[in-house]
Amino acid sequence: MTDTHADSLPRRSITLNSAFAKLWVITIWTLLIFFVINLFGIIGAVLTSSFATRWLRSWVPDGLTLKWYFSAWSEFQLGDVLITTFQVVGAVVVLSGLIGVPAAYAMARREFPFKKLVMLIFLLPLLVPPITYGIPLATVLYQTGFGGTLVGVILANLVPTVPFVILVMIPFVEQIDPRIESAARVFGAGTFRLFVTVLVPLLMPGVLAALLLVLVRTIAMFELTFLTAGPTSQTLVVALYYAVFAAGVRAVQSIDAMAVIYMVLTMIWLVIALRFVNPTQIVTRGKQARG
Amino acid sequence: MSDASIPLSVRLKAQGLDGVTLLVLPAALLLLALFVYPFSYGFILSFRPKDGSWLGNYTKFFSDPFLYDTIKTTLAIALPVTIMNLLAAIPVAFRVRLMRHQRLITTILVLPITLGTVLVAEGMLNYFGPQGWFIRTLTLFGLGSASSIKLVHNYWGVFLSLVITGFPFTFLLTLSYVSGIDVALENAAATLGARAAARFRLIFLPLLAPGLAITFCLSFVQAYSVFPSAVLLGAPAGPTRVISIAAYEAAFEQYDYSLASAIAMIMGFTQLAVVIVVLMSRNLFYRGPAAGAKG
Repeated sequence: MTDTHADSLPRRSITLNSAFAKLWVITIWTLLIFFVINLFGIIGAVLTSSFATRWLRSWVPDGLTLKWYFSAWSEFQLGDVLITTFQVVGAVVVLSGLIGVPAAYAMARREFPFKKLVMLIFLLPLLVPPITYGIPLATVLYQTGFGGTLVGVILANLVPTVPFVILVMIPFVEQIDPRIESAARVFGAGTFRLFVTVLVPLLMPGVLAALLLVLVRTIAMFELTFLTAGPTSQTLVVALYYAVFAAGVRAVQSIDAMAVIYMVLTMIWLVIALRFVNPTQIVTRGKQARG
Repeated sequence: MSDASIPLSVRLKAQGLDGVTLLVLPAALLLLALFVYPFSYGFILSFRPKDGSWLGNYTKFFSDPFLYDTIKTTLAIALPVTIMNLLAAIPVAFRVRLMRHQRLITTILVLPITLGTVLVAEGMLNYFGPQGWFIRTLTLFGLGSASSIKLVHNYWGVFLSLVITGFPFTFLLTLSYVSGIDVALENAAATLGARAAARFRLIFLPLLAPGLAITFCLSFVQAYSVFPSAVLLGAPAGPTRVISIAAYEAAFEQYDYSLASAIAMIMGFTQLAVVIVVLMSRNLFYRGPAAGAKG
């Protein structure tokens, strides 16, 4: 109401306003650039350190070497850790696809009693932070004998990924014309054939996007794996945590070499994932899936 | 209604229960077993402490300052970080919304989220450490020195790590809400002579309020459950002994799963309390503009 008097304001206040607006824009850009510079500094520091022969009290290391990668590989048993990581991630991706996609289809196409309650159960694991439900979950897994095993780690990781796949896939299913399915049914296709020959090909872009995001999230999922993994079922990110936690035992460069290996592993899949999804989708849990 | 001549499958189908609906079962059962059951089990377990009294864990938590102070410590980190991230995210999102190279910025900002807190912690130990590039740059410009500024292994280490991973999260969520608003509304207001500040206050803010409230809740809940960076970048024995550390220690150092479950429940309920307060104040906030328009 007060702003409708804009035309009656003296000219000088308008120039003042536009100067203020320019200052405001510059401030925002400065803050954003400052943030990005520091972000690159953090990543760059790890990268530089992993190649450094000796790096104390100077801007740049004394020399460059590759030896830390070899020592990290043997010190942290990275071969075994990577195999475990691939096993966990592979199993989680395949299982959450197999369980999540059909569930998303049912959620998108059918109205059934208690559907809202089922939806709430799918939403909660994405809203409650992993460390909160991870501790009771780890307790149950340890009491049933799954704690500390590869199976336990995979089960724990499915808790956020299955709902994630479901929520990403529901809008994808909804945009498929139901008449296509009806046509397939008329020609005698059962639910299984309908899935294999009609739905999966049509849903492929969505499935691919959802599963790539699951893959990136599972590689980086620290809390749940940390709480449920035993010495032989650690993934790379948990091994990295223990290495940083026990810093001082090993050379910093060795830990950084491991961090770089982790970083490369995550980035490869992130780059692939970003070909299919918008970066905002990684945090908005599929709400923008129509894009 | 239950006419015997209608087969059961047809009657079920009328309720929406058929072969396709059954596809939801594996996922629902999985989450019942791995989410709902553990949570309920933990809830019950928390009332069965080692000493036998059913409220023993909770009286222990709220009488031992070493335990109940963790709530205060966690709030003292999580609340300022979340508010700061959100206040910074809104103007940046409004700028980036108009950009052509939006995707470049969002891709850069999604990096710390995907790399995760553990890697960011290791990087920050290098970068913000006493010999790191950040302190060196400050010293170079005479803004401070390694002896006067300490940015890791204290409150600020955890704070900064939550800014590095939390700001992009808050920003990307805010951006998705901001870009969901029809540009025509803003153009209409601009045509009627509303300046940027007025457009923000009168058009965007009311429309954004639900989204911002949800963004705040999600960001807060994430910051409240901070764990790896509180250990690696903070002082986990003192100033940054957050509630998740207390829960972790109870479970995996004292093997007192009952107490650990109680702490996890307290953690969950404090998060819930803040979320409820925010969502309720959003309703209060909403009433204002609506009444103003009528008057």
